[in-house]
Amino acid sequence: MKVGVIIFPGSNCDRDTIEAVERLGMEAIPLWYTRKSLTGIDRLILPGGFSYGDYLRSGALAAQAPIMEAVEQAVSRQELPVLGICNGFQILCERGLLPGALRPNSSGEFRCTWEYMRITSVPRGFAGLKEGDVLRLPIAHHEGAYAVQPGQLQSLFENHQIFLQYSDETGSVHALTNPNGAVANVAGISQGLVVGLMPHPERAMASYLGSSDGQRFLKAWLGEGSQ
Amino acid sequence: MTYDVVVNVSLKEAVLDPAGQQVARVLHNMGYAMEDVRIGKQIKLRFQAADLTEAKENARQMAEKLLANPVLETYEILVTEP
Repeated sequence: MKVGVIIFPGSNCDRDTIEAVERLGMEAIPLWYTRKSLTGIDRLILPGGFSYGDYLRSGALAAQAPIMEAVEQAVSRQELPVLGICNGFQILCERGLLPGALRPNSSGEFRCTWEYMRITSVPRGFAGLKEGDVLRLPIAHHEGAYAVQPGQLQSLFENHQIFLQYSDETGSVHALTNPNGAVANVAGISQGLVVGLMPHPERAMASYLGSSDGQRFLKAWLGEGSQ
Repeated sequence: MTYDVVVNVSLKEAVLDPAGQQVARVLHNMGYAMEDVRIGKQIKLRFQAADLTEAKENARQMAEKLLANPVLETYEILVTEP
């Protein structure tokens, strides 16, 4: 399986993401943001970082990069699973491939911490994760508070698009487990084959790094996970 | 004709503005009684358009597609006649 990893100017988690994909036995293909075709790519990751220096809004300029036209077309044909991590999540929201937006953290601070989060709903194509599973993954962001238009939240829950919520280690979701002020503790959402999350699974690939839950998450996304 | 267009982008009233809040706190500490501070962006554009209507319409499209995020922000467009 060929997993494309897009490199935008200012991406800085691309190497970690490529390393993570390769550790899972997949071929990682770095894709420069000026490319106009995704031929031969089976799955696609938009990695974290600070594309275009976060100018205007995080992800807003990268969302208009040439490669995003090809991403949008592949998504509309429902043929390409896409995963956006952190800045990649922001880019997918700015492009309109995921609903909502990421606003600055309520605290006003950049948050770089380990967090627990609950699988609220298993996105399409994931194998080896079930509802209620709790993951421990790091976050590192300043604009990570998920926000939606008034009245939109309920339909996202009803459509099972909110797949990941910040929780405690038992999976209980409440205000004290919200690191950034995201509405309903939302850490990740999905729409069809497009998935985005603020936490960094590629930074949690081994227990000696603090957690191997990122490996479990990426395996599940690749459809390779098992219980 | 060349038009100078100003796009003012503001956070919607309901959206929390942590940067604005911090500025309010500092202003307060400086001795200025502060009820609210909201920080927005001012984007100045200069481009060619056939007439005022076209200039406004082009600026509106730019605001909708890129300059403002409709989930979080509102915008206003001010066009100066050349």
